[in-house]
Amino acid sequence: MAAEPWQTAEIPGPKKASVITKPEVVVAMIKRAQHPVLVVGHKAAEIDFDGGKLVDFVIGFAKKSGIPVVATAHMIGEFTKRGFKPAAFMPAVDIGNRLVDPSWTGVDGKGQHDLALFVGLYYYMEWTILSGLKHFAKHLKTISLDNVYHPHASWSFPNLSHEEWVKNLKVILEKV
Amino acid sequence: MSEKGLHVKIGELKSDLGLIKNLELSVGRIVEEKWAEPMGPTPFPSLTTLREWDMKLLQRYKPFYLPFCDVCCLCTFGKCDLTGGKRGACGIDMAAQQSRIVLLACCIGAATHTGHARHLVEHLIEKYGRRMPLDVGGLNIQVEAPVTRLVCGVKPETLGDLEDILDYVETQITHCLSVCHTGQEGNNLDFESKVFQVGMLDHVGMEVADIAQIAACNFPKGDPDAPLVDLGYGTVNIEKPVILCIGHNVVPSVGIIDYMKENGLDGEIEVCGLCCTAHDITRYYNRGKIIGPISWQLRFIRSGVPDVVVLDEQCIRTDALYEAQRIKAPVIVASEKNCMGLPNRTNDPADAIVEDLVSGKALGALILDPEKVGEVAVKVALKVAPLRKKFKAIPEVDEVLQKAKECRQCGDCRRACPQDLHIPEAMKVAMEGSLAKLADLYDLCVGCGRCEEACPAGLQVHSFIVKAGEKKLKEETYKVRAGRGPIQDVEIRNVGSPIVLGEIPGVVAFVGCANYPNGGLEVAEMVREFASRRYIVVTSGCAAMTAGMYRNEEGKTPYEEFTGEFTAGGLVNVGSCVANAHIAGAAIKIANIFAKRNLRANYEEIADYILNRVGAVGVAWGAYSQKAASIAAGFWRLGVPVIVGPHGIKYRRMLLGRADREEDWYVYDARTGEKVYVGPAPEHLFYAAETKEEAMVMIAKLCMRPNDTTKGRAIKLTHYIDLHKRLYGTMPEDIHRFVRTVADIPVTMKDEIVKILEEKGWKETVIPDPTLLPRLIRKKKE
Repeated sequence: MAAEPWQTAEIPGPKKASVITKPEVVVAMIKRAQHPVLVVGHKAAEIDFDGGKLVDFVIGFAKKSGIPVVATAHMIGEFTKRGFKPAAFMPAVDIGNRLVDPSWTGVDGKGQHDLALFVGLYYYMEWTILSGLKHFAKHLKTISLDNVYHPHASWSFPNLSHEEWVKNLKVILEKV
Repeated sequence: MSEKGLHVKIGELKSDLGLIKNLELSVGRIVEEKWAEPMGPTPFPSLTTLREWDMKLLQRYKPFYLPFCDVCCLCTFGKCDLTGGKRGACGIDMAAQQSRIVLLACCIGAATHTGHARHLVEHLIEKYGRRMPLDVGGLNIQVEAPVTRLVCGVKPETLGDLEDILDYVETQITHCLSVCHTGQEGNNLDFESKVFQVGMLDHVGMEVADIAQIAACNFPKGDPDAPLVDLGYGTVNIEKPVILCIGHNVVPSVGIIDYMKENGLDGEIEVCGLCCTAHDITRYYNRGKIIGPISWQLRFIRSGVPDVVVLDEQCIRTDALYEAQRIKAPVIVASEKNCMGLPNRTNDPADAIVEDLVSGKALGALILDPEKVGEVAVKVALKVAPLRKKFKAIPEVDEVLQKAKECRQCGDCRRACPQDLHIPEAMKVAMEGSLAKLADLYDLCVGCGRCEEACPAGLQVHSFIVKAGEKKLKEETYKVRAGRGPIQDVEIRNVGSPIVLGEIPGVVAFVGCANYPNGGLEVAEMVREFASRRYIVVTSGCAAMTAGMYRNEEGKTPYEEFTGEFTAGGLVNVGSCVANAHIAGAAIKIANIFAKRNLRANYEEIADYILNRVGAVGVAWGAYSQKAASIAAGFWRLGVPVIVGPHGIKYRRMLLGRADREEDWYVYDARTGEKVYVGPAPEHLFYAAETKEEAMVMIAKLCMRPNDTTKGRAIKLTHYIDLHKRLYGTMPEDIHRFVRTVADIPVTMKDEIVKILEEKGWKETVIPDPTLLPRLIRKKKE
């Protein structure tokens, strides 16, 4: 299935993300992964989600899936306020930089990650970090959980309406 | 200063020794020893002279590449697919390609400043002569050109001396640019080393430009009490004819101001500016007005206030002519670099040009004589203003509300907006009769106009936003201190010790452009935060204007609230883009004047000193341009970390340290030759922060240096921890990496920190006399 980048002019090149047509694809990818990690940007505290904020969904998802969370920017405070302790907090460029290093031992010291899920960063920041990972982290698959198409990820939703996106994420939460 | 190109030719010379025929002697450069300091190791460095230093930095701060796209399209073999480790037709891989693009950007930036400098120097020599002394601060500023002295090993004394320096810079930029050609450099780190080289050259070019204009145009000379000048749309008296100057090169603006003064018209006409030309107008003429940063171009032109638009060079909207036509304002272009397709009228009589512009026979004119620009601009403004009656291109409220109904809610405007602003939602509210949501976008809009280009219904979306925010626009009346230029030697003597020992927690320079992620208010907030914390805060360029567009509870702008001295709690506007060299110059002067390190062509040692001892950080929160890239590169080589806003990630490469890799953070103790762990100080060299909060925490962290005394480190840790707690709601998890001895721990937080240190298995270490250069070790290991 073809998808267009959210920002019209952001043309990526020959290698584009596979489009997540069903949320079960994400669930399958997570289950197949040996050591996934979830990177959560500051917009997760701003984006409305099912009566709360996206960060509330993220917390539920992280608890259910057991995937360690990396909070970027000042998101650590948002998690802490909600009584959730992420595995780590660091700048978005730092987690990107660590994910390209095959010798990094991961956020939990259990070794480099093989799957990184991203949500809640500025589009252009996530775009460029995913590009860095696509080109320089051969050991890694990436998934964008945002409601916009991220062609530099391995897998991404297409541009979705807010309602469709919420529905998809809820299925992921249910089945993960 | 040196002289070059000495050439002696003797046709025939009879002497006691015999007959000499056809003797030719050529000498490339004669150095006159007016500067007593012995020549250092690296005068006029070539592309590889400082490569070893660069590699030391790049070993610690490794590039993290963030390609914009997967391909290279620079030659006819291409496009080449560089995904999955593939190499292109020339053999280049993605890492090298990205660093090549960074180099290309920095070459553009450095060439732009240096071209600007060359034009200024040639013009000023023509006007004032080659022998005009470079007085940039009298006895208060004896080290008048610290960057030039450090890089080139020469001491410029006159305008003419600057020509030689520019010869060197231009030659080197050409070499660096040639490196970008297909089939030249192939290694990404060597590309990066050349990025550093061109960044260093850029600072020389900027310094030349600014000291030339300070000396010749009598700008403030390092004056902490430079006048407070008007800033903002609301400061312009729209009852008067208005001349708007856009760009960076003050020469045509000087022509306008001089003509006005000479003809008794001072006060009759408003002369205002956008972008750095505005800074330099107010450095020359304190009745000039600064409208605002680069992003105010569309909104101000469309407002209809300018009667004449004068364009010089750099960061000018390339559709400025079209936009000016919409408000019936004639345009004068005054730079060879920016002709806008207009006829060259330089040699025509001024009155003939005036007549054509006033009658509308000509929409604009290219005039390359700044004095003629002055005469024409002033005469046209006086004649056109009563005819135009401030004709504007921004619709009235009724029209906006009516037009909004044509919005198809397709979302293309939002998908074109670099800020991802929720324009369709705002348009929907406008369709229902309210401009409130559009007005909310005003503060966040960077003024690019891409929304209008994208709109399939042809709606003037940006103008709608400006109309909705018109009240805010008209209320923009602020003050900014005119750019003061260099830092005085005596100021350096006063603050050198507390900076190096860490007792002044840092020098934070807010520089660069206005591509802010979330509006300009964040810059003013950061400036106030760090000035209030008694850091030395320096500003330049668009960031300096943005910092002024704020009022505190007492109604004071930051420039009224804080002193203009280079001291703890000072807020120092050095001036326009080219004045950025004075920020690097201040760091260099700390090493030279305070620490008495040799300055002359002694780049490595001074950079090593700055990296390890001078807690300075640059923040380019809205950096967008290639010039900003090269300015940053000059700081990197000098050991000054730079933070950019999130849009800065589009520079495609970060230089990031790895705090978790202990082996990366050892220095030599110059006293003993021992290698000592000093923690990640500073942790990064080039880094994009996601949010203002993240940037503020990182600013405090990046000010730490290995040389901090225990008292200084405790002060710096106090700020870091305090900001971290306030903005992140928690203690930092890396405190153990910055506490070297128990005495480093802030007293008020001792119990809390000691507990963390115990949990982390922290061990005390020594505070070295830090250096990365083995040659500076005084006592070799037995």
